[in-house]
Amino acid sequence: MSAIPSGAAAIAEAVRAGRRSAGEILEESLRSIDRNNKNLNAFLHVDSEGAHRQAAALDAREKNQALGPLAGVPVAVKDNIATAGVPTTAASRMLETYRPPYDATVIERLRDAGAVLVGKTNLDEFSMGSSTENSAFGPTRNPWHPERVPGGSSGGSAAAVAAGLVPLALGSDTGGSIRQPASFCGVYGLLPTYGRVSRYGLIAFASSLDQIGGFSRDLDGLGLLYAAIAGHDPRDSTSAPRPVEPVDPERPMTGRVGLAASLLDWPGVEPRVAAAVREAAEGLAAGGATVVNIELPEPSTGIAAYYVLATAEASSNLARYDGVRYGLRVAAEGLESMYRATRSAGFGAEVQRRILLGTYALSAGYHDAYYGRAQRVRRWIRGRMDRVFDSVDLVLLPTAPTTAFRLGEKTADPLAMYLADAFTVTANLAGIPALNVPAGTDAEGLPVGVQLLAPAWREDRLLSAAGVLDRGRTAPLAWPEGAR
Amino acid sequence: MSAPLAEPMEAVIGLEVHVQLKTRTKIFCACSAAYGAPPNTHVCPVCLGHPGVLPVLNREAVAFALRFGLAVGATIGERSVFARKNYFYPDLPKGYQISQYETPILAGGRVSFRSGEGTGSARLVRAHLEEDAGKSFHPEAGREAATLVDLNRSGVPLLEVVSEPDLRSADDAQAFLERIHQLVVYLDICDGNLEEGSLRCDANVSVRPRGETALYAKTEIKNLNSFRNVHRALLWEIRRQSQILEDGGALVQTTRLWDAGEGRTRVMRTKEDAEDYRYFPDPDLLPLAVDAAWVETERARLPELPWQVEDRFREDYGLGAGDAVILAATRAGAAFFETAARAAGDGKAAANWVLSEVLHRVKTSPAGWDGLRFTAEHLGRLVRAIDEERISGKMGKAVFAEMAETGGDPEAIIAARGLVQVDDPDELARVVEEALAAHPGPVGDYLGGKASAFQFLIGQVMRLTQGRANPRAARDAMEKALRARSAGPEAPEGGTES
Repeated sequence: MSAIPSGAAAIAEAVRAGRRSAGEILEESLRSIDRNNKNLNAFLHVDSEGAHRQAAALDAREKNQALGPLAGVPVAVKDNIATAGVPTTAASRMLETYRPPYDATVIERLRDAGAVLVGKTNLDEFSMGSSTENSAFGPTRNPWHPERVPGGSSGGSAAAVAAGLVPLALGSDTGGSIRQPASFCGVYGLLPTYGRVSRYGLIAFASSLDQIGGFSRDLDGLGLLYAAIAGHDPRDSTSAPRPVEPVDPERPMTGRVGLAASLLDWPGVEPRVAAAVREAAEGLAAGGATVVNIELPEPSTGIAAYYVLATAEASSNLARYDGVRYGLRVAAEGLESMYRATRSAGFGAEVQRRILLGTYALSAGYHDAYYGRAQRVRRWIRGRMDRVFDSVDLVLLPTAPTTAFRLGEKTADPLAMYLADAFTVTANLAGIPALNVPAGTDAEGLPVGVQLLAPAWREDRLLSAAGVLDRGRTAPLAWPEGAR
Repeated sequence: MSAPLAEPMEAVIGLEVHVQLKTRTKIFCACSAAYGAPPNTHVCPVCLGHPGVLPVLNREAVAFALRFGLAVGATIGERSVFARKNYFYPDLPKGYQISQYETPILAGGRVSFRSGEGTGSARLVRAHLEEDAGKSFHPEAGREAATLVDLNRSGVPLLEVVSEPDLRSADDAQAFLERIHQLVVYLDICDGNLEEGSLRCDANVSVRPRGETALYAKTEIKNLNSFRNVHRALLWEIRRQSQILEDGGALVQTTRLWDAGEGRTRVMRTKEDAEDYRYFPDPDLLPLAVDAAWVETERARLPELPWQVEDRFREDYGLGAGDAVILAATRAGAAFFETAARAAGDGKAAANWVLSEVLHRVKTSPAGWDGLRFTAEHLGRLVRAIDEERISGKMGKAVFAEMAETGGDPEAIIAARGLVQVDDPDELARVVEEALAAHPGPVGDYLGGKASAFQFLIGQVMRLTQGRANPRAARDAMEKALRARSAGPEAPEGGTES
């Protein structure tokens, strides 16, 4: 029997052609999860029963029944995306026992595409963090190095894909939560345009910034995942009723790429990261692009606006966890006491910190100085990015200033942790798509990533440019030891 | 305006009216918005506030708001914004209420009303769309003081209408609220059922020495769910505040709760512990865009408005203002009157019948206008029969009584009971002769100059025709017959009919 193919596209092709069964592919995925998850803690819940049901249904199909583009492909789902009847905890004690009564739109779409949903992955509680250390259920470890974080907040999904436990995974990105862990784990991580993928069923952190996206080891798989989840959803008023531009990683490169060169000198940018961005610029130029220098808004401006807006929205979004209808309730004498006891016990320190920050930012007397001002900064950044894209087709910059840091290294210093998002929040604030492209490893063998930004709705450009970089690689992408 | 307060104080009142819109589904999800289902059966993940759900605006609620705006002459916002009002309460599933704050869908407008013998009006500040919360129940002790929550109402659409502080008395406030009630029922955007909370009102009231223009500290009175309670609560509060001012005391801004049982308001909170709702635009909803085409669509759906109906009734049927107001009170009543008036060919007569006989029956029937057994068409034909003197007014009452009981056609009743008026001169002449022959005494009296005997003889004609003789024709026949007997005296001037 031939080996199980590793890429999503190859798996789907083999299952559709009847060369492999969805069942065997699933078994392989479940075995590797079983072997590795104790060390990685990438999965919070493996839905082996549900996955077997889906695989069996695919394998029991009628001869002439066509299968979807992700037929038999095991997919992991970040545990802040609602799966009916399957635990959905947002890595919080608050939702430890919660099972949603409904499926997120992306879950329905993945099933329709033939994907087999194997389980739910770890994250920073309610997506608040950049290392997956803020999970109430223990940190996820970086498959490249057990003492390093996988990044966050979608660290579980990034680690699961990097370690080869699944070829594809869903994440969500509010300020970098897909791209930064993709960079730390050496995989592709796509943040689609705000409004491109339905948020219905995504447990909200900051609604105006949150967007579902995905992880893949290869571009073909990423394209399939994106195509499966993209498109208008009437259940999400902010999802755009517009057609999705087809992606084609094979398309040649002809456009202009703006290199945010000055950012490479920004304090804290590791030399290997800066070098990777310059190499990528050369790679794109070699592929036919014209590379020009551009200026982007100062990252600290974006970070400040981002943390005001995100915490303000979070303070409201997390108000529903009150112990009344579902999730944790800590009994206490009287309503106020019950609220206090429940929310004190249910939320971790970082979540409480952000609720307090956000509540303050919206309070009477401070509302305009914080929330109002941050909104104005956001509009200014949007305008700046619009003008940038008047002259270039894509922007190239680092994904994260550094490679994966050590577990515990930044947990005592929230501000240092917030700076891990310095280069990623711009895309969320502007509502534009962005992609982490793996770019080799540093001297310690840790992955490095570069980031591409495109104007709204032009995910196709990101994937085409990544294709150019992929074809220009001198060596194939490496994978962590032990990973399939 | 109604009579001013007897005291040297003047009340300044503004109302906030929550109109529950009778959309089929809730404002942000597809659950039924119907009242009265078993607790927590009209719910879904969205209106229960489950993690990850998103609101989708019900366009029917917007259409209803637009109709209200057009009716009161409000400015319609081309772009309005939904915001989150953040507070914790067990019947508020998301921990915030989606409402409109800085940019409501409607601004301005005016509502006029009749109060007492006069008229008044109040300007509107705004009207905005929002979602209702659920309902909390606090069962009596014995059940471990549990609070129960029913979320069927969570997400039912409300239009909150806010008036300027233009009202000057409890009477005016009640009249204003009644006018809003009448309007939203006319517009068919609210079922108007006060017992079910379809119209709820908060009142802002302050008093000041008459003649002053500055505003004194106000009280917001919550929990006013009937016209009567609005009136009672305002009277009580105006008296309370006036007393304090007259005693030289100072007022502080408070929110008070109306206790209908005790007949008084109680302090709920003071300005110091007012909640900070931390409003901000709801990022889950795009700004609501209303284009001119939508506005025109809704304008075309507007019914004739209550005040337009009142004016038309006065002009077309020559009714007094008071009668027009009563007849136009409801769409069903106005339609009934008009149909009857048209069938009768006489608006005033039809109005008299509706105002007396019909309204009485409507008010005592639980089904209201729907409870009537007879149609407006039937009433109109009855009125016409009386007008045309085919039957007498007295007979009309009898026919009406039967018609109201059985629902029968008045013409058929008249025919079946042989009630058709006798006005054929030949037949009346025959009856008159019969009466004269039977009563030679009175005939002699009359011919002898005793005029009152004429009335007796007419009475005999009525008796012989079982009251069906056309009174005027009977008099003519009688006079003719008596003249023929002698050159006796003329019938007395202004003689009364039977």
